[in-house]
Amino acid sequence: MEFLVASAVGVLTAGGVYLLLRLRTFPVILGLALLSYAVNVFLFASGRLAIDMSPILSKYGDASYTDPLPQALVLTAIVISFGMTAVLVMIALGAFLEADSDTIDIADADAASGKDGES
Amino acid sequence: MSDGAHFLFLIALLPFVGALVPGVMIRAGRTACASFTAVPTALALILLMTFAPAVLRGEVIQAEIEWLPQLGLSASFFLDGLGFLFATMILGVGLLITLYARFYLSGDDPMGQFYTYLLLFQGAMLGIVISDNILLLLIFWELTSLSSFLLIGYWKHLPEGRQGARMALAVTGSGGLAMIGGMLILGNIVGSYNLTDILAAGDLIRASDWYLPALILILLGAFTKSAQFPFHFWLPHAMAAPTPVSAYLHSATMVKAGVFLMARMWPALAGTDAWFYIVGTTGLITMVLGALIALFKDDLKALLAFSTVSHLGLLTMLLGFGTEAAAVAAVFHIINHLTFKAALFMTAGIVDHEAHTRDIKRLGGLRHLMPVTFVIGTIAALSMAGIPFFNGFLSKEMMLEEASHTKWLDSYYVVPVLATLGALLSVAYSFRFIAHVFLGPVRDDYPHKPHDPPFGMWAAPALLTVLVLLIGILPAVAEPIVTAAASAVTGADLHPHLKIWHGVTPALYMSILAILGGAVLLAIHAPLDRAWIKAPRPEAKTIFDGLVAALAAFARTITEGVHNGAISRYLAIFTVASVGLGAVAFAGGGLSERTRELLPIPPVIAVGWLMLIVATVSVVLMHRARFRALVLIGIIGLSISAGFAYLSAPDLALTQISVETVTIMLLLLALHFLPKETPRESPMGLKLRDGLIAIAAGGGVGGLVYAFLLRDIDTISDYHIANSYEGGGGTNVVNVILVDFRGYDTYGEIIVLGIAGLIIYALMQALLEGPAARRLRNVDYSQDRSRDRHPLMMVVVTRLLMPIAIMVGIYIFLRGHNQPGGGFVAGLVIAIALLMQYMASGFAWTQARQRIEYHAMIGFGVVIAGLTGAGAWVFGLPFLTSGYTYVHLPPIEEFELATAMLFDLGVFLTVLGAVMLMLYSLSRIARYAGSADVNVEAMDYDPSERQSDAEEAR
Repeated sequence: MEFLVASAVGVLTAGGVYLLLRLRTFPVILGLALLSYAVNVFLFASGRLAIDMSPILSKYGDASYTDPLPQALVLTAIVISFGMTAVLVMIALGAFLEADSDTIDIADADAASGKDGES
Repeated sequence: MSDGAHFLFLIALLPFVGALVPGVMIRAGRTACASFTAVPTALALILLMTFAPAVLRGEVIQAEIEWLPQLGLSASFFLDGLGFLFATMILGVGLLITLYARFYLSGDDPMGQFYTYLLLFQGAMLGIVISDNILLLLIFWELTSLSSFLLIGYWKHLPEGRQGARMALAVTGSGGLAMIGGMLILGNIVGSYNLTDILAAGDLIRASDWYLPALILILLGAFTKSAQFPFHFWLPHAMAAPTPVSAYLHSATMVKAGVFLMARMWPALAGTDAWFYIVGTTGLITMVLGALIALFKDDLKALLAFSTVSHLGLLTMLLGFGTEAAAVAAVFHIINHLTFKAALFMTAGIVDHEAHTRDIKRLGGLRHLMPVTFVIGTIAALSMAGIPFFNGFLSKEMMLEEASHTKWLDSYYVVPVLATLGALLSVAYSFRFIAHVFLGPVRDDYPHKPHDPPFGMWAAPALLTVLVLLIGILPAVAEPIVTAAASAVTGADLHPHLKIWHGVTPALYMSILAILGGAVLLAIHAPLDRAWIKAPRPEAKTIFDGLVAALAAFARTITEGVHNGAISRYLAIFTVASVGLGAVAFAGGGLSERTRELLPIPPVIAVGWLMLIVATVSVVLMHRARFRALVLIGIIGLSISAGFAYLSAPDLALTQISVETVTIMLLLLALHFLPKETPRESPMGLKLRDGLIAIAAGGGVGGLVYAFLLRDIDTISDYHIANSYEGGGGTNVVNVILVDFRGYDTYGEIIVLGIAGLIIYALMQALLEGPAARRLRNVDYSQDRSRDRHPLMMVVVTRLLMPIAIMVGIYIFLRGHNQPGGGFVAGLVIAIALLMQYMASGFAWTQARQRIEYHAMIGFGVVIAGLTGAGAWVFGLPFLTSGYTYVHLPPIEEFELATAMLFDLGVFLTVLGAVMLMLYSLSRIARYAGSADVNVEAMDYDPSERQSDAEEAR
């Protein structure tokens, strides 16, 4: 099980980084989404893996529970990363509508000054 | 803390408070401004004098307020003999300078600014000499660099002023940086940042392995500040400052800060070979070199500047000798140098002010035109030369006496000979100052006809020359303060006797030699000067400028190499650097033994894992087809939520699945306006490079996860689990952590989410008012559109689902405290329910039925959460302490009411508002683009109309 989680995080990271390094906004956003998955699972895994040990207290006697703290942190992280993705999408959209191009690199100073109006 | 020690704080504070005065008073006129500037200084001086009896008895006055004791930072001040001497000099000369500057500055100069800078500087300087905490001392040290930068560059219109100020800041500032390092090492050795502790731990410091690094770093700070060779070059360039600044900073105070520091640290650092050779030798070289250059300077202020360099060298050398007698001589010379040098600077300023030139070659014969100035200048210059009955003679004799029996390496001659040479040159330039400026025939080509200035301008230097004579003739008057200061420097109980006649000693011969030699040098000055001008010599400014230019070019190469405007480049560099650092960390620590067994892999999970991997790889391979990539992203998200559910994280699974849905919807909406394909433009090499980077990053992260998954850690979660029910009143520990244990974090997070929503709204607003709006209007989306934009089936199903979805949301919200669920998930679920209406029935239809603005919802959410937290204050508890109770109403089961639920309601509202605001903003673009044919009705055709059609047909 541990290997599956670790390899999934690794593959998601690799895919995310690769897409992050593309030259257009949309793949970069996708890359960021993959990277968010990877980071969230990474954080979650820092509580170690456990099966059938949900951190819901049982009324009937002693039970063991998995570490709830990383879960709480990841829960907010998921929501925040959604907010971040949304902002990024909007910036990308604005840039595309203003400049009629969705490349992310500013080729030269002229191009940069031409896009002053954005965001 | 003895009686009245609190006044130390007041003394330290007065100049800073006073710095505000000139800005206010300048409107009342220049004299009023100067007078009121003098008030804080005078007050501080009076307060200081109340300590005089105690300090001269040898007492140390201490005052402390703890500030950050964990960091060793406290606002602590102390006043001993040395600090008292310097504080008196700083405040006393400060007063004289205030008076002098009133007459020196012309009507065009912004006088208020000048006095403000001056008081800032005075406060910083005062802070250095009375700080008892070395970290505090460092802060004041940097403040002097900054405020002197402002003062040197006071005449902003002069390029020399600006360059000089910059050079001074660069040199003294970098020295200050080095000193910070040294002081931190020192504090580390001793285990305390209190100066009094450090001074008491001299043996410990000198025995430490870190002694030499600390010494060198601290000396770098002192040498740069006190313009010691090879950092002496900034001082002459700082002479572009107005003369009051030169007189204050460059004779009395700032340049003495380095000397002060060496004197202060004397008990802790002095007494080793390293100290003697570094400090003593540097001082010796500086003394001779400065005097030599001073002899050939034609600018009066440059002459005085190099003379100051030379005298600072003398002081450094004396401190470097490390003997008690030398320390006495150094302290005494600090006083003497202050009196004659400040007077000389002011004299130079008067000459410049009256004759409109400081060029010695254009002056001469001024004794007839400016008799008062002549007397003042001559007395001061004779003291600088070290002529008997002037105070400079006394300390110079003591210096020569010390030099005469100091051995350098194995030679008994090096130090005495060079010291005599320094004294000789000093005599020569002092005589030159008198002879070439005041003596000789009256000329008729001065740029401006000189005459004596008004009383106010010569009062200050005159007072100083009175001191010169007083100490020179009756040295005993200086004895108490010299005793107190020298005892403070050495930490020993000294009783020096200052007198004019020491008998026939080697020092006397050296002195006579110096005076005769100096007179001879003056006589043959003209041919020497010509030879000097012809001789090649390194120009410090050129070297400095070259160094700065090289550094700047180096920095620019790096910056432009990294920051060339391509984001993918930064990201690549960032990733590679992170991976590299991770690899270094991995290699360094080594891994501990694994402590956990592997969990088994059920077949279903293996299939899910495979799906995830395949989907991820497919996204990478097929990311050009953007819709397909989105679908694959959805698969990944769902696999991950399934994984969360399996691995005992039901809350995460719920959150992930709902966020996933919202994200995909958002991206779908955005994709509507973006190109549907990504063009092929990356060259193969780039792809290969990125692929390698990606694999390295992925491999590193994956390896890291695998490594820590096999090892246990200590966790603080046991506390959370144990207290979740009793303290937070809930059995869902994750939710209790969110709304109670770490409620503060959650509160911050919902605010961030709300801000993100508002940012998106604002961006959209700006976009629709800009040129993009025109472009949007003209885009033809007709091909993208389905003929059946609002399918009947979907409209009906979503409307049916709406109440069910809302009920599910409320249910998830209510049970959140005890079972998986809560405000975050509930907010998302209801957001999805609303979104479905937007998608199925169209924007306008849904909008018309919306009752609450989303902005308001975000606001209410944050306010409710905040008020719930603040409610705890009413009961005298900390922010966000939750309370709960169980309520039993007969018909229904016992249920719980907790304040945490109210907090969760805030979370719910904020999440819902933010998500809806984001999607609403996006759909506004859509409406803008297609406003011509936007629907008002929910469905593209009305079934009731169809009915009537059918009836008509019948």
